[in-house]
Amino acid sequence: MQGSAGGATATASPGLLAAPGYAQAATIDIPSLVSSQDRLRRFLAGLPGVDRVGCEARAASLSTRSIKADSKLRAIDLAISMVDLTTLEGADTRGKVIQLCAKARRPEPADPSVPAVAAVCVYPDLVGVAKSALAGSDVAVASVATAFPSGRASLAVKLADLHDAVAAGADEVDMVIDRGAFLEGRVARVLEEIVAVKAACGTAHLKVILETGELATYDNVRAASWLAMLGGADFIKTSTGKVAPASTLPVALVMLEAVRDFHAVTGRAVGVKVAGGIRSTKDAIRYLVVVNETVGAPWLGADRFRFGASSLLNDLLQQRRKQLTGAYAGTDDVSFE
Amino acid sequence: MTTPTVPTPEHTAFEYAPAPESRAVLSLQPSYGLFIGGAFVDPLDGGTFKTVSPSSEEVLAEVTQAGPRDVDAAVASARAAFDGPWGRMPGRERSKYLFRIARLIQERSRELAVVETLDNGKPIRESRDVDVPLAAAHFFYYAGWADKLDHAGFGPSPRPLGVAGQVIPWNFPLLMAAWKLAPALATGNTCVLKPAETTPLSALVLADILQQAELPPGVVNILTGDGSTGASLVSHEGIDKVAFTGSTEVGRRIAESVAGTHKRLTLELGGKAANIVFADAPIDQAVEGIVNGIFFNQGHVCCAGSRLLVEESVAETVVEMLKRRLATLRLGDPMDKNTDIGAINSKEQLDRIIALVNAGVSEGADRWSPACTLPERGWWFPPTVFTDVSPSHRIAREEIFGPVLSVLTFRTPEEAVAKANNTTYGLSAGVWTEKGSRILAMADQLRAGVVWANTFNRFDPTSPFGGFKESGFGREGGRHGLGAYLDA
Repeated sequence: MQGSAGGATATASPGLLAAPGYAQAATIDIPSLVSSQDRLRRFLAGLPGVDRVGCEARAASLSTRSIKADSKLRAIDLAISMVDLTTLEGADTRGKVIQLCAKARRPEPADPSVPAVAAVCVYPDLVGVAKSALAGSDVAVASVATAFPSGRASLAVKLADLHDAVAAGADEVDMVIDRGAFLEGRVARVLEEIVAVKAACGTAHLKVILETGELATYDNVRAASWLAMLGGADFIKTSTGKVAPASTLPVALVMLEAVRDFHAVTGRAVGVKVAGGIRSTKDAIRYLVVVNETVGAPWLGADRFRFGASSLLNDLLQQRRKQLTGAYAGTDDVSFE
Repeated sequence: MTTPTVPTPEHTAFEYAPAPESRAVLSLQPSYGLFIGGAFVDPLDGGTFKTVSPSSEEVLAEVTQAGPRDVDAAVASARAAFDGPWGRMPGRERSKYLFRIARLIQERSRELAVVETLDNGKPIRESRDVDVPLAAAHFFYYAGWADKLDHAGFGPSPRPLGVAGQVIPWNFPLLMAAWKLAPALATGNTCVLKPAETTPLSALVLADILQQAELPPGVVNILTGDGSTGASLVSHEGIDKVAFTGSTEVGRRIAESVAGTHKRLTLELGGKAANIVFADAPIDQAVEGIVNGIFFNQGHVCCAGSRLLVEESVAETVVEMLKRRLATLRLGDPMDKNTDIGAINSKEQLDRIIALVNAGVSEGADRWSPACTLPERGWWFPPTVFTDVSPSHRIAREEIFGPVLSVLTFRTPEEAVAKANNTTYGLSAGVWTEKGSRILAMADQLRAGVVWANTFNRFDPTSPFGGFKESGFGREGGRHGLGAYLDA
């Protein structure tokens, strides 16, 4: 199912989308989908179902892959380069963000071969601080926005929140979808908000947080993934990290399958960000295995796969030392942040 | 697509470094005798043969070819144990031995997984995660039944049959031994077990476990050897029960030899299962189920989903997704923890697979395999998919017992049922649909002992397993499995 690269884009611009319902050979007109809630709901209902038992069994089977030696070291470096180093606390301060940015630029100052992380992720009011602390580096500044984490605000308020982040120079924006509207079946409303936020992002890249822990079923995860991609998401993201369960391996598998299918029918490649609860190198490598065996090499880079995490980075650094020296590093051997 | 951070590099694939399981946990002896009367003894008839690893052709050990006099000795030993302590032992005491065996299988699980993979050629991932845990689970399950037979639905105080002669195949050597031994012992029978010629080693490690469990001598006797040993065993006058798992051809000969005797018989034979995928199936999971159905254990599975019946409207998509998935399968050293497809068990089996595949090609079906390099030593066959298969083709009718899938299509549920049932076999079937009512309707009409819904090749000791038609008769597993060893 190799789609032609550079094909139709699925944003609000006109374009035809081959039906991913697999059973139907028809093509679907995206603008008409967006304009009709009924059509949109039928489209989403036509997506192939996800069998929970089979999906979880597949994820469990992939998690038994044994990654050793050189391949483990390469996976660790790849994972480091994919980290969105995150602090999203009410207690965040300028000082905290500046320290985090130093860590993001040079995770292991004694070893320049350790790559920088992909981005630092903060609330909108701290984007300016992060931006200046990261000036001159390749590390992007990501900001949550749109009444993160609950998304319970009017679209106007969400857009104002977004405007703050973008105006302060955010390179990437992590929005949340309206889970209430989704669960009520008002999928057109969810899509409209994504389209509006995407339009207001300008050049900033948009990650759409599905909050899969609140969507509860894999069928919902698949449908929400398609909604986000139809709305123009550059990335789809599992979770805010504020709701349990956050990211799980089967959820990531379903989202990667959605991304794979969307790419096949539209030619547009969307990234996936897993966030929340990923703390160990072992966890991170399991996600990379799922990426590798579901969508393959094109997604094995920070432009298409990210880890949203805070404590993961230090475990990656400790395991990296273990791989290089044979000795386990203690928690005090790497900097606190 | 561009991002501020990474200017769309050409990413490289994630290569997995070799991750071989260690053989250190296993200490094989250079040669093995026969396990009779609770000890390894020298044969009376003599003769030995070598067992080799199918992935490397390395000689693993020398084992004994049991002859007719050895069969006599083993049956006499089993009879003495049945007339002696085991026959008089209350069920609650028998259950303790079964629990002990189950726990020892768990404790020695790595050793058992390693010996199984070396001797059989199956990936260590499967022997570690499927064969060995299921073998332990069967002993645990039947341990629980041993003191509850009065309440199992076979009347009050159902009696054991006596001495059981059990002949098992090479595809799941340890697991099939567990399927045979656990219900026989739980019901108070004694056993003479004959493992397959090409895979005797895990049964010999199991013999060591039986000693460790202090099972009374003679309750289980294990005779290694070829088909002639099996023939001597099943035709022996001193046994009361024959249980056989293997080919329909051999099963037919056994049925002939048992006919007109007092012996009870259960046969679990071949299969040509249909895996039926409807348009409303959970497609990604169905693709996994197709892979698991036919490429699990290199397709050396009697209930393998060797015929894919897919609804015409989604056939193209399903085959495309299946091919993409097969390209990710990892074929190679079975001892590597990341190997998905191991070696073909023997040269004979490989020749059989090749002959049938050649027949498929010459009959006009379209053959496809993913790009994969086969190791130079050992016996290997790549995962293979045939499309454009007609129901009349040999590859759609005969059991291949290898990693070869025949894809056929259907238009309506009625046609799916008709095609699925149009086989001389009837061991298993699979149904993939999100529609619950259709699952029930299909299960009702499919002439197969096991019907899996939205899964395939899932085994559980609590669930009975067995065939219709030429796939055999009798049930193993579950409460039903007790009936095969009780005089009820």
